Amino acid sequence: MTQAAALSSGDTAWVLTSSALVLLMTVGLAFFYGGLVRPKNALNTMMMSVVALGVIGVQWMLIGYSIAFAPGNSWLGSLAWFGLNNVGVDPNPTYSATIPLQAHAMFQGMFAIITPALISGAIVERMRFRGYVVFLVLWATLIYDPLAHWVWGSGGWLLKRGALDFAGGTVVHISAGVSALVAAWFLGPRKDYRRVPIAPHNVPLVLLGAGLLWFGWFGFNAGSALAANGLAALAFVNTNTAAAAALVTWAGLDLARTGKVTAVGAATGLVVGLVAITPAAGYVTPMSSLFIGILGAGVSYTAIQIRSRTKLDDALDVFSCHGLAGTAGALLTGVFATKLMNPAGGDGLLAGNPGQLGVQLLAVLATVAFAGLGTLGILKLVEVTIGARANVPEESAGLDLSQHGEEAYFGSDLGSFAGTGGSLGGSVVVQSFAAEPAVAPAPSPV
Amino acid sequence: MKLITTIVRPERLPEVKAALFRAGITGITLSRVSGHGGEHERFEQYRGTALVMEFHEKVKIEMVCSEPFVEACVQAILSSARTGEVGDGKIFVQPIERVIRIRTGEADNAALTAINADQVQRAAINAAGIGGAA
Repeated sequence: MTQAAALSSGDTAWVLTSSALVLLMTVGLAFFYGGLVRPKNALNTMMMSVVALGVIGVQWMLIGYSIAFAPGNSWLGSLAWFGLNNVGVDPNPTYSATIPLQAHAMFQGMFAIITPALISGAIVERMRFRGYVVFLVLWATLIYDPLAHWVWGSGGWLLKRGALDFAGGTVVHISAGVSALVAAWFLGPRKDYRRVPIAPHNVPLVLLGAGLLWFGWFGFNAGSALAANGLAALAFVNTNTAAAAALVTWAGLDLARTGKVTAVGAATGLVVGLVAITPAAGYVTPMSSLFIGILGAGVSYTAIQIRSRTKLDDALDVFSCHGLAGTAGALLTGVFATKLMNPAGGDGLLAGNPGQLGVQLLAVLATVAFAGLGTLGILKLVEVTIGARANVPEESAGLDLSQHGEEAYFGSDLGSFAGTGGSLGGSVVVQSFAAEPAVAPAPSPV
Repeated sequence: MKLITTIVRPERLPEVKAALFRAGITGITLSRVSGHGGEHERFEQYRGTALVMEFHEKVKIEMVCSEPFVEACVQAILSSARTGEVGDGKIFVQPIERVIRIRTGEADNAALTAINADQVQRAAINAAGIGGAA
């Protein structure tokens, strides 16, 4: 009775809305990644994100939420909440004093969906779809769910040590980024990598995806307050500030290096800013979020330039964008966090608590080790059972045809799709005051 | 009869087409082609990847003219396709042995004259007058 009385309709509305916003991020990610690959792999790349909405949506409801959040030990939750058993519509004081526990389950479920989908960017254009789906389920169950328990679950060991991760810098971005690095290395480079020019096939899709990610990220970060309150507003402001600062920083670096500001760069920069602020969003001042955006962009930009010169085919730079910007954000949280902004949070280095930086570093290292080794093991298992890497003919034909039996741009000449035609279209502007039609009806043959 | 093949800049295609129509050359075939000439290479940047675009987009126009039209055709292309910058293209003129119109079986010069050539030419000249463009 007291629990039911504590339920806040405003908080519940915001968390349910935020859950829907985070769901949209996975679709946004599909567009973001889909536009960056070549046309013959566009559908497969998008499906790598979209399929997570299905399989992880089921996995989370069945066992994922239970492993991550059900009462257990400091390493794992129990299976007491299998199939969302015992997860009711009343608030649960441990996680959500003012919203239904089911709202918490759905909100967290959207995080579990997008995190493994982030990894797919590193392995596009060369992984068999069946192997990918198995990888997805195993990774979510064996890596993400335990990690979420460590950091956010009741009794989790990193939570007990006071690690600060507001919305998933370690759990989501570092874990996905490191796993992406391992997966890219394990699968090996695409056969065309550094031999044939590979360029994004549809930059407008990239911008659409980045825009949806930014929009959805307000649910991701501000929703992580789990209430419609001042903390949510702080996280909202910090999220927007860091994304904007990172976009400007990235554009400036582009300009300094090549003399031009690129659209792919703007899209990448804003996403990197969102990644970097994720662990810090509810712990730092808006001025600090500005610096976190700038520093995150600087780290990621530099890493991408270096990575592109190596044999490591992290195709869409997931490690640089999520792993490194996430690490920068997690460590900077230990620098900039202040209880003046969030009394329930912690103080960082600049607030006179250097120990927080050590705890943050521990959380980062634990995540890197666990996600890295776990991903390696899962990929090895997938490889020896149903196969991970597409063979050369499959890769040449494109994964859309070889894995899905369909094409993104059926029957169209991609040249005209891409808008390079235009002048060859053959149509003319007909002026309404023309003395006679440009093409007169043909007279009957003589 | 000559086969005249010309490679021009895509952005000049509307002017070239209008000039050919005004000169009475109304039967033309277009293709989109890529090629390498004396132009500077174009650079594109995608994140850490820098691409050098060695081939430039061009339009190839092919037309077969009877002898009286050959010089007019060449002059029409020269006057409309030229910008003065490297990359304006080329004109190739080759002899042609036989032409047959599939619909009627007419041969050579009779097969070359489009039945609506006069109307197309007049419309092109009028359009140039209205638009004020030469």
